[in-house]
Amino acid sequence: MLAAILSGFLFSLFLVVAGKYFRGKLAVLSAIIPLGLFIYFFSFIGRVSNGEVIRQSYEWVPSFGLNLHFTLDGLSLLFSLLITGIGFLVFAYTASYLKGHSYLDRFYGYLGIFMGAMLGLVLSDNLLSMFLFWELTSISSFFLIGFNNTSEASRKSAVLALAITGTGGFLLLAGALLLGSVAGTYSISEMLSLSGAIAQSEYYLWIVLLLFGAAFTKSAQFPFHFWLPGAMKAPTPVSTYLHSATMVKAGIYLLLRFTPVLGNTELWNTTLIIVGGITMFYAAVHTLFRTDLKGVLAYSTISVLGLLVFLIGLGTQYALTAAAVYIIVHALYKATLFLVTGIIDHETGTRDITVLSGLRKVMWPVAIIGFLAAISSAGMPPTVGFVGKDLVYEATLQMEEWSVILTIIAIATNILVLYAGFVVGIKPFTGKLPEDYSKVHMPPMLMWVPPAILAVLGLIVGVFPSIIDGPLIKPVVDAVGGAGSEVHLKLWHGFNLVLLLSAITLAVGITLYFVLKPSAKREEAIAKFEVVSPKNLVTEFGRNFRKLSEVWTGLFQNGFLRNYVSTIILFLILLVGYSLFTTDRGFPLDLTSFSRVTYYEMVIMGVMFLSVLFVVGAKSRLTAVVAMGIVGYAICLLFVIYSAPDLAMTQFSIDTLTVILFVLVLSSLPKYLSITDYKMRIKDGILSSLFGILITLISLEVLAEPVNKEISEFYADNAYVLAHGKNVVNVILVDFRGTDTLIEISVLTVAALGVFSLLKLRLRKDERNIND
Amino acid sequence: MEILLAIMVGTLYAAGIYMILRRSLVKLIIGIILLGNGANLLIFLLGRIAKGQPPIIPEASKTFLEAYSDPLPQALILTAIVISFGLQSFAIILVKRAHKVVKTDDLDEMNATDEYS
Repeated sequence: MLAAILSGFLFSLFLVVAGKYFRGKLAVLSAIIPLGLFIYFFSFIGRVSNGEVIRQSYEWVPSFGLNLHFTLDGLSLLFSLLITGIGFLVFAYTASYLKGHSYLDRFYGYLGIFMGAMLGLVLSDNLLSMFLFWELTSISSFFLIGFNNTSEASRKSAVLALAITGTGGFLLLAGALLLGSVAGTYSISEMLSLSGAIAQSEYYLWIVLLLFGAAFTKSAQFPFHFWLPGAMKAPTPVSTYLHSATMVKAGIYLLLRFTPVLGNTELWNTTLIIVGGITMFYAAVHTLFRTDLKGVLAYSTISVLGLLVFLIGLGTQYALTAAAVYIIVHALYKATLFLVTGIIDHETGTRDITVLSGLRKVMWPVAIIGFLAAISSAGMPPTVGFVGKDLVYEATLQMEEWSVILTIIAIATNILVLYAGFVVGIKPFTGKLPEDYSKVHMPPMLMWVPPAILAVLGLIVGVFPSIIDGPLIKPVVDAVGGAGSEVHLKLWHGFNLVLLLSAITLAVGITLYFVLKPSAKREEAIAKFEVVSPKNLVTEFGRNFRKLSEVWTGLFQNGFLRNYVSTIILFLILLVGYSLFTTDRGFPLDLTSFSRVTYYEMVIMGVMFLSVLFVVGAKSRLTAVVAMGIVGYAICLLFVIYSAPDLAMTQFSIDTLTVILFVLVLSSLPKYLSITDYKMRIKDGILSSLFGILITLISLEVLAEPVNKEISEFYADNAYVLAHGKNVVNVILVDFRGTDTLIEISVLTVAALGVFSLLKLRLRKDERNIND
Repeated sequence: MEILLAIMVGTLYAAGIYMILRRSLVKLIIGIILLGNGANLLIFLLGRIAKGQPPIIPEASKTFLEAYSDPLPQALILTAIVISFGLQSFAIILVKRAHKVVKTDDLDEMNATDEYS
């Protein structure tokens, strides 16, 4: 399984090198990879449907509890087949759809990464590796949405999608870490037996909320749904693959995967029912207001995602079976509709439903495909959609409480989804063919065969639902905790309430389709509410956050050196001063331990103090430099008195050199200006005086502490024994810390080179002109 | 004496920071030098000071027989003095050069890189 996951990544890596050969006719060959993977996963159906769970594990970072443990059970298998199956069709379709695109190889690279990551996500048994793959899907989605990177709208949508799904990924990580620490393991299969303990834990609420946050953002649940319509800026194959069939179902997968671990509580079920219910209805209503084919599809996708969340919330065997079936149903018809939309867009150059009509005359096979997908989305017999919709109604009717309301919401949503399906799958093909489109011709085989396969599959499965029942659906229901389910898929249930409800759905939906034509006016009308939409709120938040950070940055990074310095100093004074005065250690200054002050020391200190005042107050450069030199010599004298002959020598020579250097260049140095006004000087004076006092206090405080001489003693004891030198300071510098000294010499060399080149640098004539 | 030295260190720090806060470039360099001197003196002081006990092992002996002043701070300061000389000399020349090219001494006028190439 590791090889299966890696193949997508390796394919992308391969394209980095050999991409340019893949832009032409060879591109279609890339579909071999998902096809091979599909066959590989298909071969597991027998074993998995017998209840077997296939496990493989590899160690990765065991010290973090991060291992590559893969499990293939019913749920993973269903998703793996979707990812590779739809992947195969999309890979093939893309070769024709984006034929000749100069970045086709890059596109396939992103798709490959996505496929690998998505497979990793659904196969991981380890929560942490699952998180990694989860993030990778978000990132590849970002690149694919922004694939047309010359369009500003694409880039904005990509960033928005990444912001939302990235936030979700962050929540997932937090939830995973919390869950891992509560359960004591990151293995999901080990958590199954701990579900009771986890539900009792005080962190249960947080774990559930965090995972919900992850699932709702990824699966575009209200109020995080808004990134998905924006994601439709991506090329249509991406919308088909990521934003309808697979990636947006990662959240659904997460919820299903954790139903047996965290589910069956009031919090879990109620939240999912409410959020799912709101999402499915809200998004379904939105489809009424869209005129862009992909816009309609985006909202109907959100609506179905809401329905899936809603079904998981119901949590009964019927509901979970319905969810499993609906995942397949939706993948089959929605991918078809997307691919059909792609064909229409590709051939006519528009997706505006108000201008498209009569295309059946020029591309009748596509019209049939669209029709099949539309009736499947409508849930008409004998399509698989009918089977799925029946199960949904069964599930809502069976609920003990609120069953009437839940059923009504489900019916209303289905009516609107039917409308959406008809608008996309039927409307463009019926009516009169406009003059402009009479030249439109059939797309290449590579484009219409993939949706045809899906549409026909939908029909076959609809007529013989038992072919997915045992092999696919039951293992899923088993895996999500509904073991021993007695629910079986049937096309025909006999005359009962469910059939009546289906009939009502169809009747109302079709009436709605004929009465309510999509119009640009309605789209404009709803755009007025955009101000209060969650999308607008989030973008506003983003804008204001940026403004705030601009102000914040401007406040501190203002480009004036003295402001930086004052900020740092002020901060130091406040922070260190605060801790100095609040920690109650007294001030154990033992004056007797200090040495006495002799008169010549007094003189030195006096000279030093006066010189410092001179430096600060000097009106001319020469005075300041000379006074500064005197300060240096005074320090030199202190070194002499207090047993540091080496220091005294160094200080003496360096101080001399500095003064000489200063005087040498003094003539070419700028005049000594006092630019700042006296207010500024007083302010700075107070600040620096406070800082000086602080330093004095700190040094006195340190002097009161006992001193640790361990290291010094080592050097002193070994200076002669090991290094055969009697001057310990010298021995430390050239022997014990010889490498440091070597580096120090290199620093000096670099400085010397810098000085030399700055002195010798002559600007060429043209460079000099720039400065004028 | 320690108290006096501590006050001296504080004075050097205060003067250094005050000079760094000026807008004139030359004052900035002088400020850095004063600050460096203050830091050296601070390290020296905190290593404890003693008179007449240089850290040099007596002629006839292999180790110290009497008390000696701490060699470690001295080694550190020696390094610091030399390095700060590198910094100072480079800074002085840089200022000279910058003044020649930019023709200003005011730090506030030197806070954008775009105007001079």
